[in-house]
Amino acid sequence: MDGKARTAVLRFENVTVSFDGDVALRDISFAAYEGESRIILGAAGSGKTVLLKTAMGLTKPESGKVFVFGQDISTMSEKRLFDVRSKIGMLFQESALFDSLNIEENVAYPLLNQPSIHCPKAEVLPRVKQTLEFVELGGTLARFPSELSGGMRRRAAIARAVVTEPPLQMYDSPTAGLDPITAHTIMALLIKERDVSQATTLLVTHRYQDGNLMANFRYNSEQGALEPARNGAKQKSRTTFMVLKEGRLIFESDQDAIESSNDPYIGKFVKQRV
Amino acid sequence: MLAGRALKNIFRRPHYGDDIALQMDAIGVGSLPIVVMIGFFSGAVMALQMSRALSQYGQVGKTGTLVSLILVRELGPVLTAIMVAGRNSTGIASELGSMKVTEQIDAMRALGTDPIQKLVTPRVIATCVMLPLLTIIADFVGMVGGFIIAKFVLSIESRQYWTSVWRALEWNDVTQGLLKPLVFALIVSLMGCYHGLKTTGGTQGVGRSTTQAMVAATVLIFVLDLLITKVFVSQGGS
Repeated sequence: MDGKARTAVLRFENVTVSFDGDVALRDISFAAYEGESRIILGAAGSGKTVLLKTAMGLTKPESGKVFVFGQDISTMSEKRLFDVRSKIGMLFQESALFDSLNIEENVAYPLLNQPSIHCPKAEVLPRVKQTLEFVELGGTLARFPSELSGGMRRRAAIARAVVTEPPLQMYDSPTAGLDPITAHTIMALLIKERDVSQATTLLVTHRYQDGNLMANFRYNSEQGALEPARNGAKQKSRTTFMVLKEGRLIFESDQDAIESSNDPYIGKFVKQRV
Repeated sequence: MLAGRALKNIFRRPHYGDDIALQMDAIGVGSLPIVVMIGFFSGAVMALQMSRALSQYGQVGKTGTLVSLILVRELGPVLTAIMVAGRNSTGIASELGSMKVTEQIDAMRALGTDPIQKLVTPRVIATCVMLPLLTIIADFVGMVGGFIIAKFVLSIESRQYWTSVWRALEWNDVTQGLLKPLVFALIVSLMGCYHGLKTTGGTQGVGRSTTQAMVAATVLIFVLDLLITKVFVSQGGS
């Protein structure tokens, strides 16, 4: 991490989260800086989702502090949190689209309801259309989430997460439960979004290959496909890997370090790589 | 119960008019057929039962009085509330419960809306408006049910029946009959929302909280019914 002067986009300081005595996160500290990509690996139940929800203020830490864009959100009231949350785009694990609204209304929801985003009524529809175009779901505006396939729902949810162009984007297991080909398309989409928006990205996953894609590929806008980032010019954005085990942060470094790690738990993730 | 307190703060803040209208339609118009049926038949049954008891004193003519008193004070509010609890406490609990377990509630908070304001308040307002109206309808239909029995089975003259129905009611009865549904409406909607929002544990949890909402609402309706009746009886004095 160079530049101490830059404030971290997201910083955890000794954060512990527990639910009715079950500790979900134990003394987690890290900081993510502007333009950085973080891949958070961990087995089921290791606290990955809780970490993202804590970063959004959806769950409150029992001790420790969470700073988002330099503001301490661990003690903030729900009302003031809305301001902070409007700068964060979050993709939920099960997409969490609103069943009662169609795709257009779902994607327009943050534009119309985030109190700190004053989007003129006339601009809502064009922006929704543009974002849906971006995730290649142009013709589905009037459809309902239940009518779409899993991969399409995931894409609509991504559209909803990024429609406000938030500088911090968090994706909770974007490829979970999808077939490998769809999973690849979703990852390509996230990389495209990252490279276009230059946003700070947190990716939670249990698949190492997702992280590998994120770290080593970039989006080629001319060909409309992913291409390996040339080694020397490893994008401006840096990729850091984090591994969670039973609520503890047991690893935080770059890709070379994770691949040479001797830890059997970490090894299990890396070996999946095909 | 905490949900109830949280609610009152939000009664003034930005309202979601569309949601209120939608809920009114679901709760009010949707419950109308069942409420009419229940009201009609309970009124008719009561007229039959009462006439038998009254005939021992040779007072069959008073059937209308009893039907109207019991309907307006007790059966109308309680039966309607229980029907609406069965339809809507459970409906609300399972809807909000499903939203909770699929992270839609979290998503709502993440996207800048307070779920209490967006989901709970419209449901409470809609129920509080619709339940008293439904009760009035049930009361009236029940009186008609009683009237049909009175006229065709007991051969009481229609004018006599309706006069006794009308004379029986005092302000005390009417306020009691309107206060009860208002209180019950709070119970029905809040129990549904409360149990829905604290759902955990996947689809199984949704089923559990739906049952809990119904049970809690029904028990509370009867408990509060007794309390309110007690207050009115000791106040009415006469």
